[in-house]
Amino acid sequence: MTYQFDFASLLPYWRDFAAGVWLTLQLSAVATVLGFVGGALCAIARADGPPWLKRLVGAYVEVIRNTPLLVQIFLVYFGIAVLGLRVDATMAAVLALVVNVVAYTCEIMRAGIESIHKAQIEAGECLGLNRRQIYWHVVLRPAIERVYPALVSQYVLLMLASSICSQISAEELTAVANRIQSDTFRSFETYIVVGLVYLALSFVVRWAFWGFGLLVFTRRRKLGTAL
Amino acid sequence: MSAVVKLANVHKSFGPLKVLDGVSFEVGRGEVVALIGQSGSGKSTALRCINALETIEEGAIEVCGHAIHAPTLDKRALRLSVGIVFQSYNLFPHLTALQNIMLAPTCVKGITRKEAREIAMDCLTRVGLAEKAEHYPEQLSGGQQQRVAIARSLAMQPQVMLFDEVTSALDPQLTSEVLKVMEDLARGGMTMILVTHEMGFARRVAGTVIYMRQGRVWETLPGRDLDNPRTPELRDFVGSGL
Repeated sequence: MTYQFDFASLLPYWRDFAAGVWLTLQLSAVATVLGFVGGALCAIARADGPPWLKRLVGAYVEVIRNTPLLVQIFLVYFGIAVLGLRVDATMAAVLALVVNVVAYTCEIMRAGIESIHKAQIEAGECLGLNRRQIYWHVVLRPAIERVYPALVSQYVLLMLASSICSQISAEELTAVANRIQSDTFRSFETYIVVGLVYLALSFVVRWAFWGFGLLVFTRRRKLGTAL
Repeated sequence: MSAVVKLANVHKSFGPLKVLDGVSFEVGRGEVVALIGQSGSGKSTALRCINALETIEEGAIEVCGHAIHAPTLDKRALRLSVGIVFQSYNLFPHLTALQNIMLAPTCVKGITRKEAREIAMDCLTRVGLAEKAEHYPEQLSGGQQQRVAIARSLAMQPQVMLFDEVTSALDPQLTSEVLKVMEDLARGGMTMILVTHEMGFARRVAGTVIYMRQGRVWETLPGRDLDNPRTPELRDFVGSGL
């Protein structure tokens, strides 16, 4: 093997890399927050909604879980155009990621909700709590605590999967890399750098979620239970 | 004495199985009534009907002025008057003992957290667990969890307390610490209906014992007379326990 590595020619592009990282983080953060809220609402609808809503959410979840993310992104991107709306690639990317992650969050949360024993809900009712209070204090809080590790995995995956948004030219990290490698002809080096950056991002994101978990789940912190 | 809880000819089935077959009894203010009987005799179901956890098919139940059988029943208002403690404690696992007790007073009655904390600490003291306030359920023994569950009900200042086999999951030592708390409550004038297998406790504390069999009230007698039942069935039942 006589390949001559040349990372130096990538150095002038550090600002572009940084901008790509920033957009990747923004995409992921927005999709995570909206995905969490939307997923929780879908999970509640699927667990406790009227039959038509249960079926609707169920169908949505199955469609999303059984089609590739790339296809979903194209469908959202071109679908918006067909509707006659003008939305830039980044917005379309966020929307597609949200549509995707809501479905996965819904499934994870549903597992959490179903793990709460009926007797807990009964106890809440007997204390006079109303439905909303029961959902929040008795069902969702312990359910989220229970499935938190699965949610974190899903959101790290989401951050990594956001690289696919490069295909609709949303200028996140991978799209930036595609451009740089075609400018410099240093493809291997470019993707080594990008790979390492994603690796670092994953660790940072996991670490952030871990810290957030310790902050929110007081019991885990006090009892030293793994998160 | 006016009745706080009144069941009149209550019928209830689970599918083809008749669980309550014309049950009637009354409980006056400050009275302690024990429901005893074999498993499947309908005593737990009767208790759950009083708190509208089960619906009835026929008859009438009145609790603290609420008509349980009426379609217009406001369940949440009913549950402000009635507290219930379950066999499996059902504490909320992610909250400390104190938070478990404070939850309903702050959410339902809308009192401030400071007041709720005072009430909660007071209730924990009554069940002898003030020093466990910051403990999570999993850090407590079964008996302690059950006492916290009693305190959680007490904090809502109910007029009637229901106990559904609250000591059935506990060993004799833990059972006695829970029974002591219940005895204190009874002495304090709380109206109590308890489903229990603790014959000694029923004899000592219950003013009235109701023996249920095949979904019916088979025999009603004062607790102190539990050793001299009239019906041969209750004699057998009490005898088998001794």
